[in-house]
Parts: sequence; structure tokens; C-alpha cells
Amino acid sequence: MARTTPKLPKSPTIDAVGLAERVARFKTRSIKMASKVSALRLALSMIDLTTLEGKDTPGKVRQLCRKAVCPDPADPSLPHVAAVCVYPTLVRVAKEALSGTEVRVASVATAFPSGQAEPGVRLDEIRYAVAEGADEIDMVISRGKFLCGEYAAVFDEIAACKEACGEAHLKVILETGELHTYDNVRHASDLAMEAGADFIKTSTGKVSPAATPEVTLVMLQAIQDFHARTGKMVGMKPAGGIRDAKTAVTFLVMVRETLGPAWLTPEWFRFGASTLTNDILMQLAKQRTGHYQSPLDFTND
Amino acid sequence: MSTRIPVLKTYKLYIGGQFPRTESGRAMALEGRGGRHVANLCRASRKDLRNAVVAARKAQSGWASKSAYLRGQILYRAAEMLEGRAAQFAEELRLQGDSAASARREADAATELLVHYAGWTDKYAQVFGSVNPVASPHFNFSVPEPTGVIGVLAPGAPGLLGIVAAVAPLVAGGNACVALASATHPLSAVTFAEVLNDSDLPGGVVNILTGLRGEILPPMATHKDIDGIAAYGTSAAEQTLIGENAALNVKRVALHPADALDGDPYRILEFQEIKTTWHPVAVG
Repeated sequence: MARTTPKLPKSPTIDAVGLAERVARFKTRSIKMASKVSALRLALSMIDLTTLEGKDTPGKVRQLCRKAVCPDPADPSLPHVAAVCVYPTLVRVAKEALSGTEVRVASVATAFPSGQAEPGVRLDEIRYAVAEGADEIDMVISRGKFLCGEYAAVFDEIAACKEACGEAHLKVILETGELHTYDNVRHASDLAMEAGADFIKTSTGKVSPAATPEVTLVMLQAIQDFHARTGKMVGMKPAGGIRDAKTAVTFLVMVRETLGPAWLTPEWFRFGASTLTNDILMQLAKQRTGHYQSPLDFTND
Repeated sequence: MSTRIPVLKTYKLYIGGQFPRTESGRAMALEGRGGRHVANLCRASRKDLRNAVVAARKAQSGWASKSAYLRGQILYRAAEMLEGRAAQFAEELRLQGDSAASARREADAATELLVHYAGWTDKYAQVFGSVNPVASPHFNFSVPEPTGVIGVLAPGAPGLLGIVAAVAPLVAGGNACVALASATHPLSAVTFAEVLNDSDLPGGVVNILTGLRGEILPPMATHKDIDGIAAYGTSAAEQTLIGENAALNVKRVALHPADALDGDPYRILEFQEIKTTWHPVAVG
């Protein structure tokens, strides 16, 4: 089935030096105690608690779901995380474990993480995950095609995935670590949003570098321009490499100062992370008790 | 002919095998005999302590899993480096107010103490471990294993011997430590860190902070990722603070007078956990 790729506005080129300078400035904001605590709670509520390993079992996913609902049993006042992110075969397990809660179930699909599969197979995987109960689908783009310059094919692929999602939200993973230049990241972001992405996401977490602040800022600016042009809001999800609470807060500062407060909700901004959660919990416990915490006191998954 | 303008050295902290300035950006001036300004020092904050504990925790398991013989060789090499720098240590001790003769004696004593504990690394498990008689078909034995990350308060004086005597038995036993140097003789502690850094000791096994006890002790005593505290020359108030807060996560606590620096092998045992194994044996 042939699709017609609309004529897209040309993506701007990115000034890498200016970008680095601007990112460095975000890191210098001084955030005082009360603001820090509310930022940490907000960051916690934006986490997509993720397990994407070959060794994942239903038991591990159920445990992760309990952590998603109640991140720290010592402080029940903490918010639940935004979603649990698993492989399609474990979506049903997660859905059952989270029934009756507001935590959503996200599933990676489309031959994650490489995306190297026949297009029909990739779309079938989305339909399978949605049928199993996934509320959100994290797809990967074909980086090979993108780097060959087959932008129309990438556009069509994203549009087809959006169609296959039906009601489910579509997050488009650009895998910025494999796109090599900021110009490519910007162009891929523009393509994904034009093709109907609800969220754009930096990385699979399997490739390094992943969600650097620089790449995230490029994507935030793309979202800003898209919103200015079309009036549509698109969400952002940095994933991979955000391991500590301090970095997470820097990302929030970046979102606040680029897109504004409207994006500072779990509906429009997410962190894809696993280790970040415990660091946030440790920092919150430190603020609550006044004592530095031991990682041994927090569950591993 | 040019006269060089004297530039006073700024001594850094030693955290995770690196020599960073304090994250707080604070510095202290160290005054020697007669109130003369002899050097600049970092005044560590609780966040430096936090970073040091993270580094120590990361390094500890790797250090403990090295063979006892290798740990001994590394400490022995540290002793060699210390001896090679004996003149520098003596000069620094003199700057901090000691007499030339006592400074030289102290540098020698520190080298000897380090050699002494280097020798203990592959012997203490035999001396402190045991094979236990049991009334069942088991081979039952107990071995000492390191406690983990230990907070150290070095004595006020002597500056060099104090930090060596406090740190060496812990490290010989496979622990990692975060030590607060003497407030009056901190220079020797930082130079000792330079010695350790040149000795193949993995970064993070020993971390050394300079600063005020009043600022560093409270977060050290309450820190839940510190498994024990070895304190030399403490006041009654400090002992109460340590005792109350150590209960938070059941830290091991060892309190010693400032001059108890004699190379006692039981200092190794203070921060060891005894693990007992019941190994089934066929009755024949």
C-alpha cells in the first residue's frame, strides 16, 4: 500500500557548540530544598519503570508492578510511577498486576531494539501487544533506512505503526546514539511528529550514548517548533543513561525552560529508566529523615 | 637573578582515586608554628562525604576479592613509596609544628607500621579463623570477612602515624574506608593519599577528607551506607553522638585513645565479620 508522504518543512540545522553551551547553563540552576523535593516527586511520577531483558519472568514483572504502584513502602505518600514498560509477551502479566490502578502498561514492539524485521511482522507485534492490553507502544524506527536517506519509507513506517496502535499511544524511539549527528536527530524528530507520534523517545537503552541532555534539548526544540506550527502537543521521553536524581532534575529544568509548565506532567514527559527510581527514592528518604541512605535498603526491581 | 614568589600548595581531597577540590568550594588556611600561613586546604562538606562513601562502596567488593597476597604486595609497595618520600613527610610535619627529629622518627614509624600490616594480610585469617568441633558429620569452620565501608576519624596528632595506623588495619582486612584527617596535622594525610595513589591501590578503597570534625562526624555517624566507625581521640560528646547514631543501621564502632597506634593485629579483627560454614562430610 503506497502512502503519500506530505511535503515536510525543512528541518533546521543544529549549532552543536551553541547547544552544548545552552545545556551547560541548565546544569547551573540552584534548586533549593522545597523545590527539590517537589521536583523529585514529579520525576518519580514520570518514570516508565522498565525491564527489557531476555531473562524477564512473570514473577519479576509482577514485582516491578508492585513497585510501580507503591515505590517506597516506607513513604506511602509518594506518587505511583507513570507506567511499566515490558516486552509484548509480558504485557498481560503486567496488565493483570496493575488492574485497578492508574499505572499504565507500555510495551516495546516492532522488533525492539534493532527494528530489523519484515514490516508486516513488526506491525503484527504492535497489534499483538495492543490486544494483550498495552496502553502505550514504544516502537523503534529503521535507523538503517533513515541513514540511507529513505526518509519517506521511515515516515510511512511510523504512520503505519500509528494506525496499528489504534487507541494506544505511540512513542517513537529514534535511537539517537545510532543517528550520529544532531541534524539527523532533529530531522528524525520532525518526521516522527509529522507521521503521528504521540511521544518521541531518545533511545532503546541498549545503545550508548543514550539520552544525553544535548540530544534531549534538540528533540524538545523540535517539539516546540511543531507545536508552534500545528498547535499539537507531542510528548518527550528521554531513556537510557539517566541514573541519578540530580540529572533527572536537570532534565525537568530543561523541559520547563524550553516547552513551559504545560509539559511538566506524566502525560507529556516521561523518563525511561530502571536505576533512576532507586536514586530518587534514596534522595527523598534523605530529605525526609536527614540521613544519607544505603542502596541495600531499596529493592532491586 | 630572579627571586621566586612563594606559592602555597593547596591540598585537595582524595575521593575515588582522584584529587578533587571540595564540591562546596570552601578552603581553609593552615597555620604552622607562630601562626605562619603554611598551606591551603579543602574544607570538606557532607556532600564530599557522600561522594566518598559512594566511591568506597563501589571499590570495596573488588578490593576484598583480591587475593590476600596481592593486598599485602600493594600495601608493601605503599610502604616503599612512603619511605621514598620520607624527607617530604618530615618537612611537612615540621611545617605543621613538629621538631625535625620527631618528624623524621614519625615518618620512619609510619613506614614500619605499614610494612607490619602488609605482612598481616595473608596471615590474619589463619590466626583469627578456626576449625570448630561439632557433634554432627560436618566440617565446621569460621573465617573472618571484611565488614565493608568504614568511617575513620584520625587522631589530632601525630599527623602521619595517626592516619596510617587508623587506615592500614582496615584496608589490610579488605575493607574500604572514608577517613577524616586530623584537623591540626592534615597535610601528612593528603600526602599519604598521594602515596596510596601511586601504589596500585584501587581508587576508592581509601578516601581521605580534610575538614572540621564538627561538620563531618554527624553525617558520617548517621550515614546508612557506612558499616562501621573507627574513631581515635574522641570527646565524650563525640562518643555519645557516634553511639546513638550508629544504632540507626547497627554500625560496628571502635573507639580508641589518640595514642593507641602500636600495630595491634586485633585492629584488623575489629572490622571483620565471622562467617561460619557447615560443610557436610561423609561418615566413613
